[in-house]
Amino acid sequence: MSCDCSNTPSNQPPPPSARRGFMLKFGIGLMGIGGAIASIPIIGYAITPALKKYKNSWIDLGGTADFPEGETRLGKFTNPNASPTDGESAEQAVWVRSYKPAQFQVFAVNCAHLGCPVKWFQQSKLFMCPCHGGVYYEDGSHASGPPPRGLFEYKWKIVDGRLLIDAGRLPGLEQTV
Amino acid sequence: MFRNIKTVGTKMIGGLLGWTESRSGAIGFVQPILTHRVPRDAKWWYVFGSASLMFFSIQVVTGILLATMYAPSAAEAYSSLQYIDQQVPFGWMLRALHAWSSNAMILMVVIHMSQVFLHASFKFPRELMWMVGVLLLFCTLALAFTGQIMRWDQDAYWGLGIGAAIVDRVPVLGNQMRNVMLGGPYIGGATLSRFFALHVFVLPGLTIALIGAHMALILKNGISEMPKPGMVVDPKTYVEEYEERIKKTGVAFMPDAAQRDMVFCGLMLIIVGFLAWYLGPVGPNGIPNPTIIDANPRPDYAFLWIFTAMALMPPQIETAVLLIAPPIVVMLLLGLPLISNRGERAPSRRPGAVLAYVLIATALGTLTWLGVVSAWSPVMDAWTSLPTPVKYLVGRTPLEMQGALVIQHSQCRNCHSLGGEGGLRGPNLDNVGSRKSWDQLVRQVQQGGGNMPAYGKNLSSAETTAVVAFMTTLRNAGAPESTIPGAMERQSSPDQAPKAVAIDAGK
Repeated sequence: MSCDCSNTPSNQPPPPSARRGFMLKFGIGLMGIGGAIASIPIIGYAITPALKKYKNSWIDLGGTADFPEGETRLGKFTNPNASPTDGESAEQAVWVRSYKPAQFQVFAVNCAHLGCPVKWFQQSKLFMCPCHGGVYYEDGSHASGPPPRGLFEYKWKIVDGRLLIDAGRLPGLEQTV
Repeated sequence: MFRNIKTVGTKMIGGLLGWTESRSGAIGFVQPILTHRVPRDAKWWYVFGSASLMFFSIQVVTGILLATMYAPSAAEAYSSLQYIDQQVPFGWMLRALHAWSSNAMILMVVIHMSQVFLHASFKFPRELMWMVGVLLLFCTLALAFTGQIMRWDQDAYWGLGIGAAIVDRVPVLGNQMRNVMLGGPYIGGATLSRFFALHVFVLPGLTIALIGAHMALILKNGISEMPKPGMVVDPKTYVEEYEERIKKTGVAFMPDAAQRDMVFCGLMLIIVGFLAWYLGPVGPNGIPNPTIIDANPRPDYAFLWIFTAMALMPPQIETAVLLIAPPIVVMLLLGLPLISNRGERAPSRRPGAVLAYVLIATALGTLTWLGVVSAWSPVMDAWTSLPTPVKYLVGRTPLEMQGALVIQHSQCRNCHSLGGEGGLRGPNLDNVGSRKSWDQLVRQVQQGGGNMPAYGKNLSSAETTAVVAFMTTLRNAGAPESTIPGAMERQSSPDQAPKAVAIDAGK
């Protein structure tokens, strides 16, 4: 404590040495390498949904008798891609139209415009969207309003009297179902 | 004795303050900030920035408290909100404050921005303040959108669906971007969790950092004066002249300007507090179960104008507008002070800017109002919930009565109103009998057109006849039945006009 350091000449800033310049560069280099290594899992984690190929699966909608000919009914299933925290949002719906014996059309409930849920009206044989007024005919074709196309259709098949559809992804214009 | 205690007390506090100050320099740091000089004429126009900051502070406090009870899991979010509303003391009030203070914050930010634009306060040397402010506007709107998702109700679920559908339209990478936004290939638990992270960590952090930058720039450049016609901003001389004027006529922020901020903020806080108490929390609306098809999703007020634009835009240009307009708007807003950073500031000398402002404000206001009405949306339950006005049934023939039934039964009223009730998408049918003739009506019902679906396959010819018979009776008092020839006859010469009457008589 007795040292009156402020008066000693060594208080002057030392001239930049070659060693100091190296240390700085070395430090920046190490930080860069460390950062690059650390960013692999960070970026990978953040953009996983863009890299992963999400697949549809064949899902049981119920017996074919649940979807009588000449009617369009709501079919429900649990999303095959569901995760543990989904709660009720894992439950999904589709419109199933049976127009001939054992012949079906399975429509996404999501409007082809911006994805709002379309509702089927048996009496006027129309699907109507509550958001921007898109309307579709019973075969899913565009009737009026802003949608750029008809309703999205799922692939379906009958196995042992059960109606199965290929589902799991939210339908959209780029990747339809 | 009492006096003595007081003296000792004062000494102790003074000593404590001195001890802290000598070690922290806090007062020395804060004092110049509080007493920085502001223009004498910076009066009531200048309170909106402070009010935005106050509402943001309310959001931080209420938000942290809500996060202590809210379960950010798609399986439990909805019930945790109901628990906060109904079981937690003051829970409903906190949610109400958070919701209405968020609306108030958006309003204050928009007014603040309007004032800065109209007074051209963004000109030299305050270009960066404007740009940071624009980023703060985006943060505010992003907080509002992600906050709406936190309600995890039907509006949130389908609102995400709309967002996903928009992102999906991006060429090439659209689907990947959508999956990143949703945290997977569908809307679910991962979606709510990532929007929660955005809403409580990323966006508030960004907002606080940007507010810090906004403040630092205020201290560096000073508050702009009220614009006066003829007082021109010249980057060469402005800073010197401004500092001279401020030195001569400026006043200390605390208390001269701050007192006005406090009066206004206090008033706003009381109003928003009252609104929150009176109107209660916003949502949660229906359970976010995608199999419940009876949803009627609507965005919050701040986004209604986008909702309207999506309904009214011609479908052919929609994707192009969705992808091109946002970057253009962002560039224009950010780049404004680079386009114009000198010259007159007074609105009276900037008619173009004022006109642009009035046009934009009118457009946004109109789109928002149209979104409230949303005339393009069918009223999904009109056909079951609305009565047929009695006056339209009195004295009708059985065929016409049958037509009234078919109109009701075939969901016509979801889009067409009768007696002022029903959908607004199609024209109201109150006077349709004097606007359209028998065969025009038949054609319209069967072939549709002008945004109406064709009912040719969906109604039997007997039903069509009944509907048309009923509609020809729908006329204003004294209005004659329309005898305008139908589409088939329109080609022929005018002297054949009575033909329509003949068809009419033969019905």
